[in-house]
Amino acid sequence: MKNRLLPVVPALTLVAMLGPVVAGLYGTILPAFGHLPAAGLRGPNLDAFRALLAWPGLSRSVTLSLTTGLGTTVVALALVMLLVAGWSGTRAFRLLERLLSPLLSVPHAAAAFGLAFLIAPSGWIARALSPALTGWTNPPDWLIVQDPLGLTMIGGLVVKEMPFLLLMTLAALGQTDAARARQIAAALGYGRTTGWLKTVFPRVYAQIRLPVYVVLAYGMSVVDVALILGPNTPPPLSVQIVRWMGEPDFTARLLAASAALLQLALVVGALLVWRLSEVLVARVGRLWIETGHRGTCDGPVRAVALTAGTVAALSVLLGLAVLAVWSFAGYWGFPDALPDAFSLKSWIRHGHGVLAALAETALIAGIVTMAALVLTIGCLEAEYRHRRTLTQRGLWLLYLPLLVPQTAFLPGLQGLLLNFGADVGRGPVMLAHLVFVLPYVFLSLADPFRAWDARTGTVAAALGASPDGVLWRVRLPMLLRPILTAVAVGLSVSVGQYLPTLLIGGGRVATLTTEAVALSSGGDRRAIAVFGLMQTGAALLPFALALLVPALAWRNRKGLQHG
Amino acid sequence: MDKGLTLDRVAIFRNGTPLVAFDRHIAPGEVVSVMGPSGIGKSTLLSVVTGTLPPAFTFTGRILLDGRDVTHTAPHRRMVGILFQDDLLFPHLSVGANLAFGLRPGGSPAERRDRIAKALVDVDLAGFENRDPGTLSGGQKARVALMRMLLADPCALLLDEAFSRLDTALRAQVRALVFARARDRALPVLMVTHDAEDAAAAGGDIVNLGM
Repeated sequence: MKNRLLPVVPALTLVAMLGPVVAGLYGTILPAFGHLPAAGLRGPNLDAFRALLAWPGLSRSVTLSLTTGLGTTVVALALVMLLVAGWSGTRAFRLLERLLSPLLSVPHAAAAFGLAFLIAPSGWIARALSPALTGWTNPPDWLIVQDPLGLTMIGGLVVKEMPFLLLMTLAALGQTDAARARQIAAALGYGRTTGWLKTVFPRVYAQIRLPVYVVLAYGMSVVDVALILGPNTPPPLSVQIVRWMGEPDFTARLLAASAALLQLALVVGALLVWRLSEVLVARVGRLWIETGHRGTCDGPVRAVALTAGTVAALSVLLGLAVLAVWSFAGYWGFPDALPDAFSLKSWIRHGHGVLAALAETALIAGIVTMAALVLTIGCLEAEYRHRRTLTQRGLWLLYLPLLVPQTAFLPGLQGLLLNFGADVGRGPVMLAHLVFVLPYVFLSLADPFRAWDARTGTVAAALGASPDGVLWRVRLPMLLRPILTAVAVGLSVSVGQYLPTLLIGGGRVATLTTEAVALSSGGDRRAIAVFGLMQTGAALLPFALALLVPALAWRNRKGLQHG
Repeated sequence: MDKGLTLDRVAIFRNGTPLVAFDRHIAPGEVVSVMGPSGIGKSTLLSVVTGTLPPAFTFTGRILLDGRDVTHTAPHRRMVGILFQDDLLFPHLSVGANLAFGLRPGGSPAERRDRIAKALVDVDLAGFENRDPGTLSGGQKARVALMRMLLADPCALLLDEAFSRLDTALRAQVRALVFARARDRALPVLMVTHDAEDAAAAGGDIVNLGM
């Protein structure tokens, strides 16, 4: 049975991953050109684009999308590279590395709420400094969160994208012989940072190029973080698309579709500009290398990098702490550093809603992750048995769902589902989640799965084990730790999904993430804190289990304890 | 001529270029040693016999085992045993479970336990059933790996630099054990090694590749 299914798994995986993207883009193009039969509209025409161009907020929205996306990517990439260049192999770096997994799994929305509660004029930092240092007895009337330039939004995205890029960089470092390159550079008199940038960076960047593109595309089209931290009059283009999608009349829907295509064009354009910049930076870099400068300001650069890394990590961790304080806070007046009293009142008041949302979240995440895991193992095992490895082009296909902006194809997908009479709801939401969960589960499991010593399989076969027997009795048990890590990654990706849940669920599928983001406009900090914390817990707990379960299951197996 | 392992005009090509050619019958109880510098294709030759030739290679010729043509048989149906330089014990299974993995199905649970216990006694590891393979010494691991292979009742034994990770004293001991067990069972043995001492200890014919 399995043997007959196995060869079709790769094709099935591609369909599950790319089918919704292609269908969604198709479903976006038609209404963008005025074709929406459900509403009695027949195209093609350019009315929607004319209306879009006539919208007064367009240039601000477009600019915001570009600045937040490019700003996030440049800052996050530069800080991560300088951090790794200046500090890899040191004790401070190992501490940051240990914080990496928890930081990575904190959902974007929860991190954004935490940041807002920290740096708002009435936030924790202002309270800690007032009135002693500032003299404030009332919060100042400053627009820090949702500032018109989107700087806070960039900050919120940077602190969440840095762990992702750091993880990808660490994975790439393993294949670049970085330690010896650093020794050689040091022996030739190069400073730590300069030596790394000149010898290791070009090799590392070639490996993390696709993840960097993902950050760029994501930063340009993110919705939940933009709703929480971004400006709103006008908002970045992606938020405006979602607003138009939410309006009842059909002209707004056409407008949303045309804006979605514009969003896609913007992301493609930005990626092209980024690619050209790579060439430019490489040329400048070669000139810099040829000068033979050994690096004179390595010291200050190292200090800046470590400070920035620490601030980024702290702003997520302290953000979670302030969420915890708010969730248990009784009366908390400004400028008190802590509430007058702590109580369980907020948790009790929202207990029912939180548990219902948690159940919905867990159900969706569980089923989607299991499906992604089965497809991923099927693909990798088919690759192993038929000895065909993924090409560079195949890797692009894997990254494609992460590069196409969500706001470009999800509105179209929703429209198609409604057209076909398929009810929006939990099932379609799961299929939409699978599009984003699959690539992450695959990327997480592929390296450990391929690194497994194939001679072990040869021995097992020589002992008479069939290919299925080798898989079930030897390979999967030996890979328990990376498999559980991949499951944790999948669960946390699904838990964090906002837009697919909102649009494909038609507003009727209430997960922790959609509920938390929906609360953001209301400003009830205690409710936001309760939902944000639960959201974080739902993403974090699987990572803890992924560490704990193999440690318990293999506690008497020395050969599997340091995976 | 029927009994034993025959590599009938086997020629291996890497991306179309000839790499190794080998044509030879190995009688039951005979040990043939293949020597040559690394990279010459010694291990690749063994992978033709086990049926796990890497995709960059192709080969012509036939593999016969006790008169059966196994050239296109799936690896797990060939009954060809192999020992590598690493013990490759399954790290998630106890020593006893590793042996049970090798032991052909059949017999009551008590009989199977009994055969495993006897196999352990046979290599001076009595009572090691519940041990974690990760806690064994190099020599102990090598002996468990040998018994695991023999419990699968192979019709031939391949040795891929099987002794090269062991230190000198241990090496002679394990080598003598492996050859003795193979002779007891009248297994044809094909060994690849770069160590002249291994080949000398085997006492059989020595084939030099690439010279």
